[in-house]
Amino acid sequence: MRQKFTTLRSTVVPLPIENIDTDQIIPARFLKATTRDGFGENLFRDWRYNEDGSPKEEFVMNSPLYKGEILVAGKNFGCGSSREHAAWAIEGAGFRAVVSSFFADIFRNNALNNGLLPVVVSEKMLADIFEAAKKNADMQLNIDLPAQTIEIAGTDIKESFDIAPYKKQCLMNGYDDIDFLVSIRSEIESFENK
Amino acid sequence: MNTLFDKIWDSHTVRTLDGGSCVLYIDRQYIHEVTSPQAFAGLRKRGIGVFRPAQVTASPDHNIPTKNQHLPIAEPQSAQQVATLEKNCAENGINIFPIGSERNGIIHVIGPQTGLTQPGMTIVCGDSHTSTHGALGCIAFGIGTSEVEMALASQCILQSKPKSMRINVEGELKSGVCSKDIILYIISKLGTGGGTGYFVEFAGSAIRSLSMEARMTICNMSIEMGARGGMIAPDQITFDYLRGREFAPHGEEWEKAVESWGKLRSDDDAVFDKEITFDAADIEPMITYGTNPGMGIAVNGKIPSSEGMDAASKASYAKALGYMNFSEGDKMIGKPVDYVFVGSCTNGRIEDLRAFANFVKGHKKAENITAWIVPGSKEVERMAIEEGLRDILQEAGFELRQPGCSACLAMNEDKIPAGKYCVATSNRNFEGRQGPQARTLLAGPLVAAAAAVTGVITDPRTMM
Repeated sequence: MRQKFTTLRSTVVPLPIENIDTDQIIPARFLKATTRDGFGENLFRDWRYNEDGSPKEEFVMNSPLYKGEILVAGKNFGCGSSREHAAWAIEGAGFRAVVSSFFADIFRNNALNNGLLPVVVSEKMLADIFEAAKKNADMQLNIDLPAQTIEIAGTDIKESFDIAPYKKQCLMNGYDDIDFLVSIRSEIESFENK
Repeated sequence: MNTLFDKIWDSHTVRTLDGGSCVLYIDRQYIHEVTSPQAFAGLRKRGIGVFRPAQVTASPDHNIPTKNQHLPIAEPQSAQQVATLEKNCAENGINIFPIGSERNGIIHVIGPQTGLTQPGMTIVCGDSHTSTHGALGCIAFGIGTSEVEMALASQCILQSKPKSMRINVEGELKSGVCSKDIILYIISKLGTGGGTGYFVEFAGSAIRSLSMEARMTICNMSIEMGARGGMIAPDQITFDYLRGREFAPHGEEWEKAVESWGKLRSDDDAVFDKEITFDAADIEPMITYGTNPGMGIAVNGKIPSSEGMDAASKASYAKALGYMNFSEGDKMIGKPVDYVFVGSCTNGRIEDLRAFANFVKGHKKAENITAWIVPGSKEVERMAIEEGLRDILQEAGFELRQPGCSACLAMNEDKIPAGKYCVATSNRNFEGRQGPQARTLLAGPLVAAAAAVTGVITDPRTMM
């Protein structure tokens, strides 16, 4: 049973770059672990740290201003490799939701399977969020999963977002697919014998 | 009025849940050492075993060294991952092709090569280039580790059905243009997100004319435009390729299989959610200049201007060119190259090695070039030696290494140093993909060969 997701109000970490691929999220050389833990410290490794391990000051995650449980990124976030380690790294670094105008398919599934909520907003709203966060690092987003809405707190900028009903139930109840699939093994067996 | 994709997907749907998520039955699951250990650990934690071990096949490929494979793996973490895979397979009765054994290789090369991959199947693997197998007329796509665990636990995964797209390439290809150029061209037109949400069927006379291996290169990179996967309807070329392969049906079973595979095609009146047609004659030998596979141009072209892009795209474009140390308007021809990498699940098959070897025959490797020629499997290595390709390569100053994923993602020792330029026949030119700060230029085996012997980016047609 994982943590249940219902509503989330948080400041954001803005990353206004398009086509962020999973090799940037977690480079391949950090995929050698055999457990799911510890990937958070290497999230965005080569953008976040110098070769000697010292932080790159200009990278947003190293800024004292921007902290929060919501990552906001440019369109086509999570493209490339299917590595679920990308979702584990984002979650491991303390994020519970990622907001973008467009997600790569495999990343979106991986995120959902780990209780990390991908929220698709319009290009316009994404630009508004980046703008608001630039002006005020304390800007907060309200994400309401049961209502499927996201808003910039204290404004009338609000949108609804899509999520598959089954996945929504899983997130809200902390279920995962494997329990469900194992529970229907006999149905799968009948299917095999058809 | 069904598409080929519909026919296979629908016949494998065990149940559709409210809201459209499908329980999809998986015929064949491939696993490797990087994305499977946490899945096996999950099964152990739940106290359940692998549901259908006979339908799972494993091959270590991502981490393995491409030299001295008879020795233990030197890097401790890589060694541990490979050992964990071997242990998990032994404990669960899963067939594994261990490092150094005659069937070992990149999982997407050996699936088709051994005949495990067959038309009409559903295939998954914790690797986005699983789309390669779609070239044989099956639904094959990459999944995450949670889904690897699902498939091991139930031989099913839960996903919503993607939309359908058909990409037709019609007409005759120009001489010197190969299948890698076709797919780099398509991605350059559609962008890295152009296929997101879709499963693509590649069709048209130019696609039909391609060999089985060339078709694999196309389907392999369908993920690079964001598509869930790519597929090509099976035909006589597919059947001729599969006949006699170890795990393909034999005897009477073969005849029955071919009869049913022959029906696997989109109906004439099938409607796709999106359909695009390209003219094969428009395609030139391609190369990438940026940090995603959509940033490709004709090798004799110039880096496009950012004029007309919106502010967000402009910033990302400038970041990419800054990383490559290129400028808008630059010609690609003549740019210096430091490394050439031939290999990967995209272009590491025997036809790729033949194309490269035939091109460099009678030439010498340029002094400034370090070249890594890495076969996609033990079988490809064996054929390259038997056919005399290794001798041709050696004569020209190149060394044939041992199989593995190698410098495609640099998980083993094969890393491109910071700041160096590598013309690579692999599939991704992302920042740091081939090593921290490495600069990758994606191309086909002929453009790679031309760079390897001249030391600079060269149009291979000027030397043919």
